[in-house]
Amino acid sequence: MAIERGDIELAGVCKSFDGLTNVVDGVNLKIADGAYCCFIGPSGCGKTTILRMIAGHEDPTAGEIVIGGQNVVGLAPVQRRTAMMFQSYALFPHLTVRENIAFALRVRGMSKIDRLRAADAMIEKVRLTSFADRLPAQLSGGQQQRVALARAAITEPRVLLLDEPLSALDEQLRVQMRQELRRMQQELGITFIHVTHTQLEAIALADLVVVMEQGRIKQAGPARDAYAHPHDRYVAEFMGGQNVLSGRVEKVNGASFVLAQAAPDGIEVPLQARAKISVGDTVDIAVRRDDVTLVRPGQTLPAGCSTSLPSRVLAIEYQGYFVKVMLDTVPDDEFVAYVPEKTFFADPLNVGDVVLATWATDRARPLA
Amino acid sequence: MQSSQTPSRANLAGWLYVSPLVLVLVPFFVAPILVVLAASFFATDGFGGLTPGFTFSNYVEVLHSALTLKLYLATIKFTVLTWIFTLIIGFFVAYFLVFHVRNQLLAIGLFLLCTVPFWTSNIIRMISWIPLLGKEGLINQALLATGAVHQPLEVLLFSDLAVVIAYVHQLTIFMIVPIFNSMARIDKKLIEAAIDAGASRFDIMRLIVVPMSKSGIALGTIFVVSIVMGDFFVVKVMSGGGSASVVSAFYEDVGVLQYPTAAASAVLLTLVLVAIVSLILRTVDIRQEITR
Repeated sequence: MAIERGDIELAGVCKSFDGLTNVVDGVNLKIADGAYCCFIGPSGCGKTTILRMIAGHEDPTAGEIVIGGQNVVGLAPVQRRTAMMFQSYALFPHLTVRENIAFALRVRGMSKIDRLRAADAMIEKVRLTSFADRLPAQLSGGQQQRVALARAAITEPRVLLLDEPLSALDEQLRVQMRQELRRMQQELGITFIHVTHTQLEAIALADLVVVMEQGRIKQAGPARDAYAHPHDRYVAEFMGGQNVLSGRVEKVNGASFVLAQAAPDGIEVPLQARAKISVGDTVDIAVRRDDVTLVRPGQTLPAGCSTSLPSRVLAIEYQGYFVKVMLDTVPDDEFVAYVPEKTFFADPLNVGDVVLATWATDRARPLA
Repeated sequence: MQSSQTPSRANLAGWLYVSPLVLVLVPFFVAPILVVLAASFFATDGFGGLTPGFTFSNYVEVLHSALTLKLYLATIKFTVLTWIFTLIIGFFVAYFLVFHVRNQLLAIGLFLLCTVPFWTSNIIRMISWIPLLGKEGLINQALLATGAVHQPLEVLLFSDLAVVIAYVHQLTIFMIVPIFNSMARIDKKLIEAAIDAGASRFDIMRLIVVPMSKSGIALGTIFVVSIVMGDFFVVKVMSGGGSASVVSAFYEDVGVLQYPTAAASAVLLTLVLVAIVSLILRTVDIRQEITR
């Protein structure tokens, strides 16, 4: 009955701890074998609960969890062939690195020689050979993380579940360990499910990004889809990098519609596939922050731009390779332009300057 | 100048911090021990009078007496039995409270319930065993009624069994508290991680819980061992005078005014206890475990 594949299917999975509110509320999702999947959302959105249900540390209130074609609800983690890497690692403090990594083999009854040999091979894989006899407390955060990864991977699971694996590390180490996670995943060739609340982490690692809100999946798809083509305002704002504007539809003509806004002629937005827009609807649209061009009043707009919104510069933040310019373009929402560093310093703006924010018309997208 | 002044100032502050403890320990602990130590080398006229001097004869007497070995064996028997039972009961009570009672308030409530026996005095607690264990006590009545025995069991009260029962009853709490304390500090995620690795309940207890409760077990052991070895009252009452312990023997010595031999026995017992405690501390680094 060994599960050989690591493809996962969640069907109508619900979880309620108090019988009143669903922490996870009817989640349906398919994750391919060998995929790197990131669950992302604010704390309390149910992403960790989903992870724990896949791991077998919680039972769903309703729904099915299928791993490798078998419904695993009610099975122990070992029978599921999953392994979990816990937030803050949960290394056994009284055991050395080698004993920690060999623990799962020990409780499976493997002989001492065999399990220590297997542990040493794994220790080499995570490059901790010179630390094998240390206790976890004598290791740095990054080393502890590698021990946790090795401990989880030693049983050759089909699915590795990682609960905020990088949150305990400082920024530089996080980027480094991120690459290491990806390398391990490719080396092991198994499914990784990674829970995080950092969108950068998710889009850097994942084949499949799952954005969650209040127990529901808001959008699931490739990283580029979630970032560049968010379905709705929530995903756009959570993934970042987008300006979200809302307004009433003034007219619909052929391939585009016009949104009433502060702009004299409104905002022209291509219709795309979303056809059900009629005059009078209130619609959200998204424009990527790096698609916004700032033009001084009186200058001609770049080609392809039909919309220009007069704005005042509220604040400027230097970010290295780009400059973040915050504008008062729309009354209620944040409006930000990411201006490439070279462009910005060719004609530097100051706080209080009046500019026209514009973008190529086909870069604006209506949201659900 | 700074460098010459700072250490002395730090020293003074250090002494101030320990002074309350020193003020208590010196008159109430160090001084009496020194008195006993001195008395153990004195000679006596046999009627309570002490002759200051320096003689090993008291120690020679104690060590040459066949009774001493017998008393130590009896005391160690009580100690080991009490230790085993308090350890087993204390460990599982603490384990239950920490790992099986989900509601923390309930756990604290149950924990306080363990202290209920201590709301009455030691003597009352011992006397209350009589209606239960006595010849006409509840247990004998029940056994007779069910036909399990035809004669009331005499072994239940005023026996070594009764002594051990009374000790276990009194001292289990001294095991529960430190073990509970060290178990409560085990991160629940470790248990989950062990389950994730495929560990059974028994594996978790053997490989995670027991090793991580070592400091609590050691502390509880020190409490139980030193209390049992230093006690004579429970032995006297619960054995009905049938058994003796090291302390009850030198209590008898004091009763017949043999102060120097009693003092020598006391010093010997102290040394034995110090040896046992340091052995425990050598196996478990309590200080390191506590600061972990």
